[in-house]
Amino acid sequence: MGEVLVITSGKGGVGKTTTVANVGTGLAKEGHDVVLIDTDIGLRNLDVVLGLENRIVYDIVDVANGSCRLKQALIKDKRFDGLYLLPAAQTKEKTALTTDQMVELCESLKKDFDYVIIDCPAGIEQGFKNAIAGAERAVVLTTPEVAAVRDADRVIGLLEAAGITDPELIINRLRPQMVKHGDMMDIDDIIDILAVRLLGVVPEDELIVVSTNKGEPAVLDNKSRAGEAYRNIIKRIVGEEVPIMNMEINEGIMAFLKKIVGMR
Amino acid sequence: MLQLLQRLLGKTEPDCSKNVAKERLRLVLVQDRCSISPHILESLKEDLIDVISDYMEIDEDGLDVNFCNEDKSLALVANIPILKMKRTYNKANGA
Ligand SMILES: Nc1ncnc2c1ncn2[C@@H]1O[C@H](COP(=O)(O)OP(=O)(O)OP(=O)(O)O)[C@@H](O)[C@H]1O
Ligand SMILES: [Mg+2]
Repeated sequence: MGEVLVITSGKGGVGKTTTVANVGTGLAKEGHDVVLIDTDIGLRNLDVVLGLENRIVYDIVDVANGSCRLKQALIKDKRFDGLYLLPAAQTKEKTALTTDQMVELCESLKKDFDYVIIDCPAGIEQGFKNAIAGAERAVVLTTPEVAAVRDADRVIGLLEAAGITDPELIINRLRPQMVKHGDMMDIDDIIDILAVRLLGVVPEDELIVVSTNKGEPAVLDNKSRAGEAYRNIIKRIVGEEVPIMNMEINEGIMAFLKKIVGMR
Repeated sequence: MLQLLQRLLGKTEPDCSKNVAKERLRLVLVQDRCSISPHILESLKEDLIDVISDYMEIDEDGLDVNFCNEDKSLALVANIPILKMKRTYNKANGA
């Protein structure tokens, strides 16, 4: 029996789809059987981030309606044998899917896969309710900004009310230089406020844009800092203990100067 | 000189923008969490009545507990009409 995990944030554009693509690809690379579900009906994105947009025939609503069988709608990844995508419907209403249908879908997928990872749409409406309906574990994503952390707090409350307790947190787009200058909340500030377990921290990384352009998740790029962060997150998801990576970029002269003026 | 160097190296000052962000978040979350689950306030009221009843008789219907928002701080304000003061302290459950 596999595990159903939802990645959610409340606020839009904080990196849910990017995270699902990277975590899913990384897990498949490690040899796990993984299926990714895009529940963002009307705003299908995950296919593009994975570079699978040309292969879609059926979507999640077709499966729910019984217009096709589940196996027919699953799209196989081009790089890894164990990775599949169940795409969102692009032209249907958000209400085309119910929570009961989602629960049923997750139940049948977790029989065949080690990890079922759900990409949740922004907001806390029907799309959110569908995305969390079949999940037993939740990862909340935020960026180090007031609005994103506030929305994350709201979502954590809603998850707990729905019986998904102890969600874990990923902080995305952290900029170490700004943290250092006191112009961005740091990891401890955010954990202190949200009081949840930290699953990982992903730095701001231009290579995310490059990799999204190419449809090749950054987790496969050994030069990408964000990719490294995702590899650590994957280890933690499967139960390994890995320390949070050092975010500082330009040690050396600055660190030396800091010692001299007694800031370390 | 030391100060200048520290500033250059990014020593965090109390009024740096991340502290402003933290403080704003702290305040907004107190309000969010309470407006989302009003039962927090309700159960606080019940507990308050419980504790105070050991010391005085109060008008439970006239009890008012609310948040008071002042510029940079948030206060819990309770208005509790007293009906009668007890002469001696005796804990209800006799402990
Ligand atoms: N660590 C990062 N560094 C740089 N850019 C990033 C990072 N994470 C995400 N992005 C960029 O942020 C944008 C939004 O990301 P993404 O689409 O994954 O967010 P989302 O939460 O799924 O959005 P939506 O709520 O609309 O579904 C994308 O352009 C992505 O490339
Ligand atoms: Mg998305």
